[in-house]
Amino acid sequence: MARVKLPTILRSHAGGERAVDAEGTTLRELLEDLESKYPGITQMVLTDDGALHRFVNVYVNDEDVRYLGSLETEVDPGDTVSILPAVAGGR
Amino acid sequence: MPRTFVTDACREAAPMRFDDVLDAIGDTPLVGLPSLSPPGVRIWAKLEGQNPTGSLKDRIAKAMVEAAEASGELTPGRTILEPTSGNTGIALAMVARRKGYGLTVVIPDNASEERIRLLELFGAEIVLSPGDKGTNGSIEIARRLASDDRYYMPFQYGNPANPRAHEEGTGEEIVRDLPEITHFVAGLGTGGTLTGVGRRLKRHDPNVRVIAAEPELGDLVYGLRSLDDGFVPPIFDESVLDRKFLVNVADSVRATRELTEREGVFAGISSGAVLHVGLRVASELERGDVVCLLADGGWKYLSTQAWAPELERAEKNVSETLWW
Repeated sequence: MARVKLPTILRSHAGGERAVDAEGTTLRELLEDLESKYPGITQMVLTDDGALHRFVNVYVNDEDVRYLGSLETEVDPGDTVSILPAVAGGR
Repeated sequence: MPRTFVTDACREAAPMRFDDVLDAIGDTPLVGLPSLSPPGVRIWAKLEGQNPTGSLKDRIAKAMVEAAEASGELTPGRTILEPTSGNTGIALAMVARRKGYGLTVVIPDNASEERIRLLELFGAEIVLSPGDKGTNGSIEIARRLASDDRYYMPFQYGNPANPRAHEEGTGEEIVRDLPEITHFVAGLGTGGTLTGVGRRLKRHDPNVRVIAAEPELGDLVYGLRSLDDGFVPPIFDESVLDRKFLVNVADSVRATRELTEREGVFAGISSGAVLHVGLRVASELERGDVVCLLADGGWKYLSTQAWAPELERAEKNVSETLWW
């Protein structure tokens, strides 16, 4: 079971929770489990063809999955998965 | 034999006399961090705080203004307008003063006190945006203001002169000073540093790993109404990155303090985030040369109490300030 931290924009799908638990050995499986528990929650995370949305960053523990295995990134029990919108930084 | 203050190193070095402060931008020192480097690995810090206004943004401010002058977009009498959380504004203020342009900056109202004071003393007009919207909020307001013809907006997030300044400057200097570099770590903001330096380093040696440190911002900054309000800077070329890490405030503050305590290097909070990632990457290596780009010095963050004796208080104070 991994812990999934949700951004404000997705919390309404999970009864306002800031973080929920989900199962899966890869990020894809974990998102599928999340969708089965909270229907509609991954609609904004994934595009129609099933890829990660351009304006969403997903991290397993502290590392961005785009530079690991994307949706095939392995997730271990006890890991923290963070879903965050892409926003402007810089100075 | 008369006593002399001219060292051998000084005699051999390139001249350090400049006709103009703008010519003193860049060519910053690359210093080793021997106390923090694990066995077999050397961690290096590129001290961008040594630029004239104390940050790496001097490089892009000069490059963007001179590119706009050359293209005819920026002409005498126009005012430079930019959304910024501080360092770019301060750098543009210096360039604008030197070249005789007015400057308006849109800055989140929770930027550190020192940044706003510096902008004021350089004569910039300041427009405050809601701090809880972060830099996204400043960009929104600046875009609205930019419809007025008297403004010229360089827009660091979309201006190719930004990564080019780092490709031709910062990256070139690193290749010259440390041709054996194996890893490069920098903060991800506009993406200009990572894109520009990354391109130069990959051309030098395709095996160099380019790694981003990204700040974990406050909940409110992420509180977009819709993902369509999300933002990826147009100049950011994600293909140069090999890894990207999210760094929270606590880890950034701890590493910033460690840098001062163990290496005598006084740098800003984002430098702590970069060092935190640099240390992690170094711990996975048997051998290597890891360059951490430290974007600015610690001076502009003293009011955040980041170096307060109690670590918890320091972390809380910094988390309430816009530090990225």
